[in-house]
Amino acid sequence: MNRTTTEKVVKSLKQRHRKEKLFKAAGFASVCFGFLLVLTLISDIVIKATPAFHQHWLKLEIDYQQEWLGVDSLDYEKLESADYRKVLRRSILAMMPEVSGRQDKRSLYKLVSNNAEFTVRDALLKSPEFIGKKKNVWVMLDDDVDSYLKENTEFSQTGIRISEKQAGWIEQWYNNGLIDKQWNTEFLTSGDSREPELAGVRGALTGTMWTMLVTLILSFPLGVAAALYLEEFAPSNRFTDFIEVNINNLAAVPSIVFGLLGLAVIINLFGMPRSTPLVGGVVLTLMTLPTIIIASRASIKAVPPSIREAALGLGASKMQVAFGHVLPLAMPGIITGTIIGMAQALGETAPLLMIGMVAFIVDVPMGVTDASTVMPVQIYLWADSPERAFLAKTSAAILVLLTFLMMMNTLAATLRRKFEKRF
Amino acid sequence: MTSSTLIFVILFLALFSYWYGMHRSIKVAGGVTKVKQLVSLPRQFGLLTALWCGIPALIVLLLWTVFEATVIESLLVAKLPQNIQEMTPSQLGLYLNDIKIMAQQNLGEVTETSEQIKHFAALEFQQLNLNAAWLKSAIIFLVCLSCVMFIVSRFRLDYRARAATEKITLKVLMACSGIAVLTTLGIVLSVLFESINFFSEVSPVEFLFGTEWSPQTALRADQVASSGAFGAVPLFVGTLLITFIAMLMAVPIGLMTAIYLSQYASQRLRTVAKPMLEILAGIPTVVYGFFAALTVAPFVRDVGESLGLNVASESALAAGIVMGVMIIPFVSSLSDDAINAVPKTLKEGSLGMGATMSETIRHVLLPAALPGIVGAILLAVSRAIGETMIVVMAAGMAANLTVNPLESVTTVTVQIVTLLTGDQEFDSAKTLAAFALGLMLFVTTLALNVVALKVVRKYREQYD
Repeated sequence: MNRTTTEKVVKSLKQRHRKEKLFKAAGFASVCFGFLLVLTLISDIVIKATPAFHQHWLKLEIDYQQEWLGVDSLDYEKLESADYRKVLRRSILAMMPEVSGRQDKRSLYKLVSNNAEFTVRDALLKSPEFIGKKKNVWVMLDDDVDSYLKENTEFSQTGIRISEKQAGWIEQWYNNGLIDKQWNTEFLTSGDSREPELAGVRGALTGTMWTMLVTLILSFPLGVAAALYLEEFAPSNRFTDFIEVNINNLAAVPSIVFGLLGLAVIINLFGMPRSTPLVGGVVLTLMTLPTIIIASRASIKAVPPSIREAALGLGASKMQVAFGHVLPLAMPGIITGTIIGMAQALGETAPLLMIGMVAFIVDVPMGVTDASTVMPVQIYLWADSPERAFLAKTSAAILVLLTFLMMMNTLAATLRRKFEKRF
Repeated sequence: MTSSTLIFVILFLALFSYWYGMHRSIKVAGGVTKVKQLVSLPRQFGLLTALWCGIPALIVLLLWTVFEATVIESLLVAKLPQNIQEMTPSQLGLYLNDIKIMAQQNLGEVTETSEQIKHFAALEFQQLNLNAAWLKSAIIFLVCLSCVMFIVSRFRLDYRARAATEKITLKVLMACSGIAVLTTLGIVLSVLFESINFFSEVSPVEFLFGTEWSPQTALRADQVASSGAFGAVPLFVGTLLITFIAMLMAVPIGLMTAIYLSQYASQRLRTVAKPMLEILAGIPTVVYGFFAALTVAPFVRDVGESLGLNVASESALAAGIVMGVMIIPFVSSLSDDAINAVPKTLKEGSLGMGATMSETIRHVLLPAALPGIVGAILLAVSRAIGETMIVVMAAGMAANLTVNPLESVTTVTVQIVTLLTGDQEFDSAKTLAAFALGLMLFVTTLALNVVALKVVRKYREQYD
């Protein structure tokens, strides 16, 4: 009997070891799969974002003829409302004298951005002495041309929304050295736009900043106060238990439900203005409060009782112990928890869609009651846009958002390492 | 004054009353040299005065801000002609909106009769707002002043200012912790209230068991499909389908990752792999949605077409896969906790009896950690059901009743977003349906969480 068991074991050993290897390999494979996912995700976004880092510009020799402008004096106010479109178009035509026919002309004009006439205007307003003279001005190319230049290395073929004729003109400009590729700094300094080449994230970034400010101002004191009460003062009764259960459940409620709450109560019942960072901040506060409370409670719990007892023994009141000793010692952990909660709020989209922060807003918001949008919602809006150039812009906006998140998380990790006390 | 300036004014007044309270307490004591006769320190008196100045004023301001719009509106309506007052609520709302827009512009002379009423009302509205602003500032000043006077009048040598301050502070802390309860109450009431409105128009049976979902109600009663259909079964099936695909992806990978990292991996691999999981967990869902819609969905379609399958461009598979990726770190970290909570003696006993590592894991560790893992999976399911952005961006809008992962389905969250974004009347069945869906979502996730927590807690008691 004994021998047969040993034999059985020896016989099965090979198979068991093979199974062991397989199991280990499966585990390793899933870890590798995780790495692969992170790599794919990040590289996919970076690759898609690279076109948005640059923007092509065209050097035009603008002829500021007075009759085209429709002004006869050097009055500044009149200069502002002069006919720059005509000047721009005539100047383009002067450069391309062989183009004739209405249709061709129109497709030629389409190659430069809608913004070009304002660039031409600003160039003249800056140096009005050029009126009646010629001046070289760099203007932005249209997003279709921009994408075409970035995607194609040869000019012979037609591109997406670029005809053969247009491709020929672009080639001519390119060979004459009139087209230049520059860093796209406008992406960070301009607001949203329907034209992809003009759209930037400044409006969304400012909106995010205001929203986060409201969230921080509301959620940090409220969260810390609630945690302090529950850890230090709350009697252990049914009401306290009820609060605890509530907090734990709220942490797991889908974020979109908070959006419904914001819409039904904060906007429709309290009549706070829609689409504003104020409402967004309040909704995100309600959403992040459980996170902050749970983290703060853990941090307060980690302060050893000996500290409390020492302070109480010296005659401090419970309130003085809480505010003078426990809270300062727990602060690093509380701040770390708050940063993590804020990072969560920064990436949140769904509840903000509900309260109308999804509107198309060009202006940069100047306060918490201005209509605005935030970075994640901007990403959502651009991802929905049909223009090809918005694909790169979306990815670039994602990179900006991820950079901010990374910074916040690194800050939280550093704080935790630096100030973490082991008692 | 606007509310935000008033807040600063109140804070400034509180600062001033801190100084004033201190000053008064010293006076009560009879000069700086006799301060020791006071039971509490002068700064405790100051703090108490500041609290008495600030807190009532802030409460009044909050209440005022909350109810101001409603009260002004009803005052305005009371001044409108009878025939306008008798309009339906939605018409009245539009009319009032016109007035408000008019009041924001420069009011000139108007000649049309119908416009004259509006013009008059807009002027009235401006006047009401102006009066309200004045009244608000005045009341708040009065509250500040009277509260400070009251508390200062009570200062005596043996007045226990610190005890009084601490009592107030404790109440404030208590109120803060009550906000969680208020939030839950707010969610339940808002969702429930609108759902009841919805169910008075559409029967709950039709909502829960109907298989036709087309909430696009027509503007006129005589148009085609004027009623709209609110059978939510296709949404539930779609949600469950995508959740199932996500779980199929996340549970094996998350569990294996947790097992490998906790049992096999070297310390070095662990220090690299943990941040990797944290990155996956920290990526905003809108980014996952973008990834799903523009990278995974085309990829899935191309692969499917090369195999000769007909794949929808917004297939449930693509959304499910990306949602699975999002949930991997969640499953992994929770199962890691569950596995680590199993006492070491169990594992060492099994290894000592000659079992291989994988046998120990499969036959000892996993069964012992099973309740914790089940809890983790339940929590992950509740996350997947409530996830919004991935499905909004990568899943379809049309309600198909199908379990084929290659077709396009829609989910509960997608419909909530589509029904509520954009402008519409608040009391139409279409918008109310979103709240009914929200109620379903809230109840489902709540139940899953409660069950999961119970399972986990029950398990913990066994080994502690």
